[in-house]
Amino acid sequence: MATEELTVRGLTGVDLKLDVAGIGTRAYAFLIDWHIRVLLCLAWILLGVLLARVQPHWLHIPPGGRVLASLMVTLPALVCYFLYHPVLEVLMHGRTPGKRMAGARIVTREGATPGTGALLMRNLFRLIDTLPILYAVGVVCCMLTPQRVRIGDLAAGTVLVIDESKSRSKSLERLGALAQQSSLEPGAAALIEDLLDRWQDLEPRGRSTLARGLLKKLDSAMPPPQVDALDEVRLRARLQDLLGRA
Amino acid sequence: MWQALAAEVRLAPQRSRVSPEEAQRTLQAYRTLARDLASARELLPRQAATAALESACATLHVAVNRTPRYADSRWLTLFRDRIPQAARSVRGWALWIALLLLASTFAGWWLIRTYPELISLIASERMIDGVEHGQLWTDQILNVAPSSVVSLRIFSNNVVVTAGAFCFGLLFGLGTFYMITLNGLMLGGLLAFTQRYGLGSELLRFILAHGPVELSVICLAGAAGTALSESVIRPTWPTRTESLRRCAEHLGPLLVACALLLLGAGLIEGFISPDPRFSIRFRLCVGFGYWLLMLAFLSGRLFPKPKAVEATARTPRSL
Repeated sequence: MATEELTVRGLTGVDLKLDVAGIGTRAYAFLIDWHIRVLLCLAWILLGVLLARVQPHWLHIPPGGRVLASLMVTLPALVCYFLYHPVLEVLMHGRTPGKRMAGARIVTREGATPGTGALLMRNLFRLIDTLPILYAVGVVCCMLTPQRVRIGDLAAGTVLVIDESKSRSKSLERLGALAQQSSLEPGAAALIEDLLDRWQDLEPRGRSTLARGLLKKLDSAMPPPQVDALDEVRLRARLQDLLGRA
Repeated sequence: MWQALAAEVRLAPQRSRVSPEEAQRTLQAYRTLARDLASARELLPRQAATAALESACATLHVAVNRTPRYADSRWLTLFRDRIPQAARSVRGWALWIALLLLASTFAGWWLIRTYPELISLIASERMIDGVEHGQLWTDQILNVAPSSVVSLRIFSNNVVVTAGAFCFGLLFGLGTFYMITLNGLMLGGLLAFTQRYGLGSELLRFILAHGPVELSVICLAGAAGTALSESVIRPTWPTRTESLRRCAEHLGPLLVACALLLLGAGLIEGFISPDPRFSIRFRLCVGFGYWLLMLAFLSGRLFPKPKAVEATARTPRSL
């Protein structure tokens, strides 16, 4: 299935395309976040129970104040559980640890970082999305809407998109390094690198034809008859030389 | 140069505070990348270089388009302009919702007065037992937990009701009407039930201090929910989704106001309402005073605009 794209108008007039995250990415991110929340709450409750048993005077619990003690332990845990998403999304500019691990982030329909109001509104509508159980309304809404959004996203005007900023920057760095080391145009360098990356996967005859075609066009130092005479190993080595040429 | 751009793409989204030099550097990188991307799309469609540029440009676009952090002025705008604007826009709906609440309260009162056995539908066994023995369930609140905890519990409960009254408006208003009617029926039913055992005045005494604001806030949230439903039923923007988004954005500040008002009401309900030492006159003063404060807050009188701003706002455009 093709990935849905969110096309936004860039500030310079160049349209940008963001890959929309599907239900799988959403569910993956949610599960990670859910585990983190639950672990945090359990850790707090465990700590509270231990403190109440070992050092009750630290919690200032009057004798017989069991209800108060249980509230002191459970209330912060509940607050942590229910405010996890809104607080972290606001602080992390539309991301949570789960979304980060799943490679997703929330953006507005214009591709911008959503404001606090939009993020809070998005979370408020979880009341409807979670109905009747297990986010059923949200899942159905995601399946039916073109940008795979739940009701909270519709109300807040947000979209969950794939965010591969780390691999993106790496890729750009790699292209930068290529551009520095090679006298080739960045596009041509990327083309050769792409061919070399896929060298083992390609059929021997096909990769030789491609390599010869590229060398004839890009390698001015070697005349075409010489290129035709090269065997596979030398073709590959020549392409690598071409990339690494200062 | 691409090495520097790659570093900028990596760093820009991580910065929480940006100096003018950093902002200029990011914008310069964005412009360069966008220019390269436009060329790459034309010259190298579906190539790795284009994909890398596309991704880098998108990352910088998200980083560049971020709401500025003018915390003070944004809070001031929220309280001085946006909340009063939102409150004004739902004034008409609020009156209708208040009427609905009143009518359902009366219906609940009549229902339980006529068929007292129906009280088991809206009250727990423990509450019923207590009232039958001449004791309100509110009398024991402070024996169970301290005022601060009671306040927090009441506040969270009220916030859920308010959020529900707003969000369920999305179901073409039916959810909001259901929540308002249910709350009215319960209130009226409990009043009739306590009245039957001579505890009606005690219950009124309990709700006198916090009730006016609490009920008004529920009506406001209901009105906001109804406005939300109207945005879906009769969209004022090209699409229903856009209309819903604009309406939610416009009414969001009103919910912030509701939450703040409920926090105050929760504190009153935890510290003043259950405490028998406070007289009726004092409770009346607190309830009425807090209600007036709410009106001032929602009408924008609590944070008046500077006169110069007001004068500018009133100046006709042709001048």
